[in-house]
Amino acid sequence: MFSLLVRRLLSAVPTILIVITIAFFMMRAAPGGPFDKEKLLPPEIEANILRVYNLDKPLYQQYVDYLKNILKGDFGPSYKYRDFTVNDLIASGIRVSFKLGIYAMLVAVTFGVTAGTIAALKQNSRFDYVVMGMAMTGIAIPNFVMAPLLTLIFGIYLSWLPVAGWNNGAFENMLLPVLALALPRVAYIARLTRGSMVEIIHSNFIRTARAKGLREKIVIVRHALKASLLPVVSYLGPATTYVITGSVVIESIFDVPGIGRYFIHGALNRDYPVVMGVVIFFCIIIVTVNLIVDLIYGFLDPKMKVE
Amino acid sequence: MNRNLRREIVEKIDDSAQVKGRSLWQDARRRLFRNKAAVTSIVILSIITLLAILAPWLSPWAYDEPNWEYDFPGSPNAQYHHWFGTDANGRDLFVRTLYGARVSLMVGMLATAVSLIIGVTYGATAGYIGGRVDNVMMRIVDILYSLPFMFFVILLMVLFGRNIFLIFIALGAVEWLTMARIVRGQTLSIKKKEYIEAAEAVGVKHSVIIRRHIIPNTLGPVIVYMTLTIPEVILTESFLSFLGLGVQEPLTSWGVLISEGAQQMESASWLLIFPAVFLALTLFCFNFIGDGIRDALDPKDR
Amino acid sequence: MPLLDVKNLTTRFDTYDGEVCAVNAINLSIEKGECIGVVGESGSGKTQVFLSIMGLLAKNGKSEGKVEFQGRQILGINTKELNKIRGVHMSMIFQDPMTSLNPYLRISRQMTEVLVEHKGYNKRKAQQRAIEMLKLVGFSEAEKRFHMYPHMYSGGMRQRAMIAMSLLCQPALLIADEPTTALDVTVQAQILELMARLGNQFNMATVLITHDLGVIAGLCDRVIVMYAGRIVEQAPVRDLFNTPEHPYTQGLLCSIARIDSDDSKLNTIIGQPPDLQALAPGCAFYPRCGYSMDICRCELPELAAIDPNRKKACHLEKLR
Repeated sequence: MFSLLVRRLLSAVPTILIVITIAFFMMRAAPGGPFDKEKLLPPEIEANILRVYNLDKPLYQQYVDYLKNILKGDFGPSYKYRDFTVNDLIASGIRVSFKLGIYAMLVAVTFGVTAGTIAALKQNSRFDYVVMGMAMTGIAIPNFVMAPLLTLIFGIYLSWLPVAGWNNGAFENMLLPVLALALPRVAYIARLTRGSMVEIIHSNFIRTARAKGLREKIVIVRHALKASLLPVVSYLGPATTYVITGSVVIESIFDVPGIGRYFIHGALNRDYPVVMGVVIFFCIIIVTVNLIVDLIYGFLDPKMKVE
Repeated sequence: MNRNLRREIVEKIDDSAQVKGRSLWQDARRRLFRNKAAVTSIVILSIITLLAILAPWLSPWAYDEPNWEYDFPGSPNAQYHHWFGTDANGRDLFVRTLYGARVSLMVGMLATAVSLIIGVTYGATAGYIGGRVDNVMMRIVDILYSLPFMFFVILLMVLFGRNIFLIFIALGAVEWLTMARIVRGQTLSIKKKEYIEAAEAVGVKHSVIIRRHIIPNTLGPVIVYMTLTIPEVILTESFLSFLGLGVQEPLTSWGVLISEGAQQMESASWLLIFPAVFLALTLFCFNFIGDGIRDALDPKDR
Repeated sequence: MPLLDVKNLTTRFDTYDGEVCAVNAINLSIEKGECIGVVGESGSGKTQVFLSIMGLLAKNGKSEGKVEFQGRQILGINTKELNKIRGVHMSMIFQDPMTSLNPYLRISRQMTEVLVEHKGYNKRKAQQRAIEMLKLVGFSEAEKRFHMYPHMYSGGMRQRAMIAMSLLCQPALLIADEPTTALDVTVQAQILELMARLGNQFNMATVLITHDLGVIAGLCDRVIVMYAGRIVEQAPVRDLFNTPEHPYTQGLLCSIARIDSDDSKLNTIIGQPPDLQALAPGCAFYPRCGYSMDICRCELPELAAIDPNRKKACHLEKLR
């Protein structure tokens, strides 16, 4: 178990390093500087700007400095919002984004696992077909389509819920963004759970459990559920990536003041430090979540425990 | 036992075996065509593809020319042949949706082709060589796998401009990872199979073994994954375009149209609904076909 | 009264390609303490007979007929009632002990849960009993290995654990479905010996399902030979080996590889087992039979007694 932790940590650190490196050199390789529009500035002022933004040193020095700063947790200043650092922007959005993401994940796992399990136990029943049909719909309709459609139905036609805004995370305001973000994941997890549950139910060891004369409840809960949830656990990593990616667009659509919204503004305005800072920040979160998921998996799967 | 009788029986059995023998692929095709969802999807997808190809001849309107005589945006109207209405710039939405289909389908196919080439080469190499090389190669894939590639694609778009060819390459470069894993796993498991050993034992050449045994046996999962990659890529492209980082004006794609529609859905809901329906329908169809092929190739009790 | 009495058992499966009849109107009975071998090729329905009896058929399978266990009809009764018999009075072990044990639960849990469920034992008592049972099946260091997961065992140990688990409630009937097929030859012998010993010790009837006649010779009192979902011959083990009466049995016996024979060629039964979906009206073995007559093609031979102890289903008067 401990060696698993060490090994995973050892692979997580280079991953983050690779992310930072790729991002940094991609940014420096990009044609055109960040201040193209202000070309007519007098040379001394431009030099001043370059110095402020640490652009006057040799490339490798810039890279090392950038790495050092990130190690200190400093993502540098924003090009567009002159008075803010990237840290300020992330800090102002993180609570909202975090809340949105956590709720979406909770909804996705709870509903996905429940629906998938019931569908598997009632394989080929009407419930099964309805759930799997809905899951197919949920997977086929991406969240940036789902979000406007939900808004159109519940916000505009029915006028039950606010169309946009966050309002400090009031329930009515949160409902639509969370749903739009979670629904494709609910669908995917439902399918995943059903698939693995169906496979497990037909496996030899479930037949043994039945041959032992155990009650159906014990057969399902004790023998089948744990095994069939392992794929769901290992999907939590990718699901986090999806939710974080999706939050970028959901926050823009619903005008939620999270990190994703700054990211999109930054991307459209070529605010490189913001884009890079957010990308690296997200990567660190994703790598960390993957690390945790790996450890949970290792804890659940007896075969991993020995190694 | 009577020798002649034996021979007779053997021949009889051989005959019946020939009559009844079906190849795996024929069997799979039969099962696929019995799958109603998959067949319907193939039909719908063919219609959408055909519409996309024939787009310029299906409507009197061009995709980038406004109709000055009609509303900006205008609701669907048969008199002007604006079957899906017009957008905020007065351009015909039907033609624009079909042009969007062209972009989306093309991106889907090309990026998938890119991922196929990289993935199959990489995966087959790793699987075939095996050992330490395989270990290192797959370790690299693992690391790349854990990166949130969408952000790198976005970064790429932000830094190097919103170029449609860049989208092909970027998306193809993202999607090859899973393909490589699948091909490598398949190659490894096939390499160990008894019939390969048997073929080697009787002296069948390497190239023949690869051509006759390994490639056909990786083909199944690769095709399944391909049909599932296409919608993934279409979705990603639409996502980028939705954010304004993909295809640029006057060219359009479903993502752009949906994004425009979403901004005006209160006053002109058709701008959202038509492209959204097309996108969702296409994704649906590809998913159903992928599932159908998978079930046809691997008939388990489902 | 026989321990298990099966009358007219028929099992059908609904498949993608139509209905398949895996077990076709089978009659058999098993006495207390007796050891019966059931032989046949794969697909002959030998396993499905007993899965039907245990109520363990796949969901697309349906069986009809009469199965009386200890004088009580058990075919088609609800799961709750069936669970008072399965694992208590009638147990079953399977071919592949690796996949038949739950890889996610410790052996201790998998064993004690049987006693907790059926006997209402508390945890400590159940553990004590389970460890006793493990020792009985020849586990060394049973206490230490008791809390391990199945993948930490060797194949032979897994099957021993499986046997121990099935015997916890001292059943009157143990059904073993190819218990040694997945094991090494040396381990096979140990497991068979163990089963013979335990059968005597508990006065337990044993059914040994196998495709390996060699396994049966050493262990069983009586043999049932199955082909294409039907019983074709039924005889005391000695008689079956000395004078097989059905051409298929003869073929099976001839196809055993023997070291003491001068014949360097291995005799096989030519042809393939029949397609269960397209069974001809006559004898299912007809296309592969070296003695086939015209009548075999159109008329199904009944399973009939040829002397007090044996039965066969063949039109041929006397095989020779």
